[in-house]
Amino acid sequence: MNAYIPEIGKPVPRADAAAKVRGAEKYAVDHYGDNLVWAGVRRAGVAHGLIRLVDTAAALQLPGVVAVLTGRDVPGTNRQGIVHKDQPVLADVKVRHCGDAVALVVAENRETLIKALSLIRVEIDPLPGVFTVDDALRPDAPLVHEEHPRGNILLKATIQAGNGQAALEGCDILLEETFHVPVVSHAFIETENGVAWQEEDGKIVLVVSTQAPFRDKWEISHALGLPMDRLRIIGPYLGGAFGGKDGATVQCLLVLAAQHAGGRHVKMWWDREESFIAGYKRHAVRMHYRMGARSDGTLQALHCRLYYDTGAYAHLGGEVMALGMEHAGGPYRIPHTLIEGWCIYTNNPIAGAMRGFGVAQVSFAFERMMDLLAGKIGKDPLELRLKNALRRGDRNASGVTLTQSTGIADCLAAVQQHPLWQDRRVWKKEAGPFHKRGVGIAAVFNAMGYGRGLPDSALAKVELTPEGHIRVYSGVSDMGQGNATAFVQIAGQILCQEYTAIELVQPDTERTLPSGSSAASRTTYTYGNALIKACEELRRRLIGRAALMLLSDTLDDLELLPGRVKNLATGRKIPLTALAAMMAPEDRVCISQFLMPVARDKLDTGKEFVIGFPHLLFSYAAHLVCIEVDELTGAIDVKAYLAATEAGRVLNPQAFEQQVQGAIAQGIGYALSEEVLLQEGRIMNPDFATYIIPGALDVPEMISLVVDAYEPSGPFGMKGVGEVGMNGPLPAIAGALADACGINLTRSPLTAERVLATL
Amino acid sequence: MTLYFTLNGKKTALDVAPGRRVIDVLREDCGLTGTKEGCGAGECGACTILVDGESRLSCLMLALQLSGREITTIEGMAVERPLHTLQDTFMQKGGVQCGFCTPGMIMSAAALLNRNPHPTRSDIRTGLSGNLCRCTGYQKIVDAVEATARREEEAT
Repeated sequence: MNAYIPEIGKPVPRADAAAKVRGAEKYAVDHYGDNLVWAGVRRAGVAHGLIRLVDTAAALQLPGVVAVLTGRDVPGTNRQGIVHKDQPVLADVKVRHCGDAVALVVAENRETLIKALSLIRVEIDPLPGVFTVDDALRPDAPLVHEEHPRGNILLKATIQAGNGQAALEGCDILLEETFHVPVVSHAFIETENGVAWQEEDGKIVLVVSTQAPFRDKWEISHALGLPMDRLRIIGPYLGGAFGGKDGATVQCLLVLAAQHAGGRHVKMWWDREESFIAGYKRHAVRMHYRMGARSDGTLQALHCRLYYDTGAYAHLGGEVMALGMEHAGGPYRIPHTLIEGWCIYTNNPIAGAMRGFGVAQVSFAFERMMDLLAGKIGKDPLELRLKNALRRGDRNASGVTLTQSTGIADCLAAVQQHPLWQDRRVWKKEAGPFHKRGVGIAAVFNAMGYGRGLPDSALAKVELTPEGHIRVYSGVSDMGQGNATAFVQIAGQILCQEYTAIELVQPDTERTLPSGSSAASRTTYTYGNALIKACEELRRRLIGRAALMLLSDTLDDLELLPGRVKNLATGRKIPLTALAAMMAPEDRVCISQFLMPVARDKLDTGKEFVIGFPHLLFSYAAHLVCIEVDELTGAIDVKAYLAATEAGRVLNPQAFEQQVQGAIAQGIGYALSEEVLLQEGRIMNPDFATYIIPGALDVPEMISLVVDAYEPSGPFGMKGVGEVGMNGPLPAIAGALADACGINLTRSPLTAERVLATL
Repeated sequence: MTLYFTLNGKKTALDVAPGRRVIDVLREDCGLTGTKEGCGAGECGACTILVDGESRLSCLMLALQLSGREITTIEGMAVERPLHTLQDTFMQKGGVQCGFCTPGMIMSAAALLNRNPHPTRSDIRTGLSGNLCRCTGYQKIVDAVEATARREEEAT
């Protein structure tokens, strides 16, 4: 079955699937090593307080304990963070959330580790905490970071276009509403983990479940004061991440532990509870919307005030808010906007990157506003969206001119023509006793790439091996989204080699080249574009070198074929193994860089964003959901789901569908059941028995329609599709609930309790 | 103590502390890291193995409970062929994304097909409802199990 060429557009099964179905794939967590020791962390357990004492004496005396370390033992700045370095590896003076690490233990085995952690005496003098954005914004609020120049405001920013808020005055229709979305968890199945060891030459090797191995190196180097050339990071396939492994989790702790483990392998593996408590989360956001329109439904003006609770540390909070603000107007033409955002430090768990990075939140608000507007003026909600849908050449709500593929209208048209929409009235009438049915829609979009201010770059490397194989060195992680397979297809397409002759090297800072993070729907786009250039160069070289051996005086007759280069005119050929033997090692390797294009509009707004604003490229989707509401319990049953997605050309239909379906399932969890419950910063539901992610019975059969488009800047015309599907389910289901029962829930998730209380 | 059991078709004797969990013995002592741990509390199903042909959660079992039993892990699924039909259909139908839930999902599917060789899609969803997957949305997993049942039917 592998005797085929993996080409673009084919439903090529994943390159990693064979190993994964056999249980043979080695994730970071499957690395142990001989003579292993275990590392673990004592967490603060207090949301805000001053550390009075961390007494390690009893733990150190326990037989089998190798090392016990505290903030005093961290050699560098002891500060980690992607943009703002504000998060201690081990808390030194104060703790800012319950999950802060206060001590690190290395022990011979897990039992000893647990015992030693419990023997550490930690005394923390509690400080008053701030647990809501309102608390944090009071003039006399306790400060999470005393040294921060704006107090508890990590970032306050404004995006304005046209006449801003003033334009609301003259509108025929004015609508106002406030929405709330909660903290949610990524809930990847492989929790945060890694293994590290110090080699004889002093170098520390870290095998870790990470979305950003190269950035990890910089972060560790900064936090621990280690020269970068003393670190090697290896990033195998991840058991899920969704943004939650973008940024340091175990990295700095493990390298620090390895420095005290005398060359032995040190393993750290957070359990599910620790993953909930210490891991990153999606931001809770409060969203005030005021929208103005003409009486015919033409959108005129929008004013938003968005409050992002970023928790105890910055992580990517400012950038998450920036992207949310950039999307706050939806995929619509709105000439006048004022979008204000506050990203606020609190003593809650740390919020950061998660699939639909700030956008999943605002999608709820802007799509509910569209439904409310449709209801107010008595217009079909799909027609209303189509009427206002952005088209190529328009300026979006941030004032950026859309010069690239812009397919939201086509997505909406595909939903409109579908039987689930056409026949919805009949279907709704067939609800049984004590049940009501509703159909909801959502139009969503999601930007690609890092945006202005941060080069979105990848460096691809491809080699002809001595065995005559093609080896692709991927510097960007595959967290499960399937980019690695897309790389195999790109190499197969350009170099015309069979599946079995293409090898993949996963990220390793000593073998592969920096290619950014596996994030922002940019992974296949950016690395893929770099890889195309590298493969084309290799192809030219192989043909050029073959010409020497085949005595061809023209390259035109030569063709690269599976395992060989052939002169089609003479029939003479040379195997790639022979070609590889002839070529110098450096001649067999091609490297190429790609830099994502950025928006060119000179905007006189959003100046507070150092990085991450604005964006040039977006993917689009229109979603439709059919739900049935049990009037006796309030429970929502999702009966059918349709997604029409425009993300440029599809490189692999199977992988594309996987992204769409998986995002919908996560979105259904976000809509119906998922909420990290907090009490004074403490997580009350840190397990899968009480934090409910969808199971096989909670997700309906889904239909995924590809809305064809071509993105000229993308590899073979593609754009990223990893995130856009996450943004649709919550607003679509909330819309369906309104359609079924006439209730407008403005706080998610739409649990049975909330629905019943409102019915 | 010495534990005697059959592991993936091989008679096995292992010296283990009786209080250790089965998942740790499999992963650390036997080097069978295909069995995954996602929660350690019986909530996610990633650690599912077959004990005498029935699905069991290896994070909730103690080593001692393996005594005299026949254990199959994901590494023991394919006997005298490169891949078990479930492994092949998971791959072909796109039931694998990050793949971390896959071994447990395949073991649960195998137990389901042992009990019910001709399941409907709804039976399959019920049969897999103890296994959490965060990537796929389950549809392609259901496709894979359905295709397996069909293929086995055609083979008999």
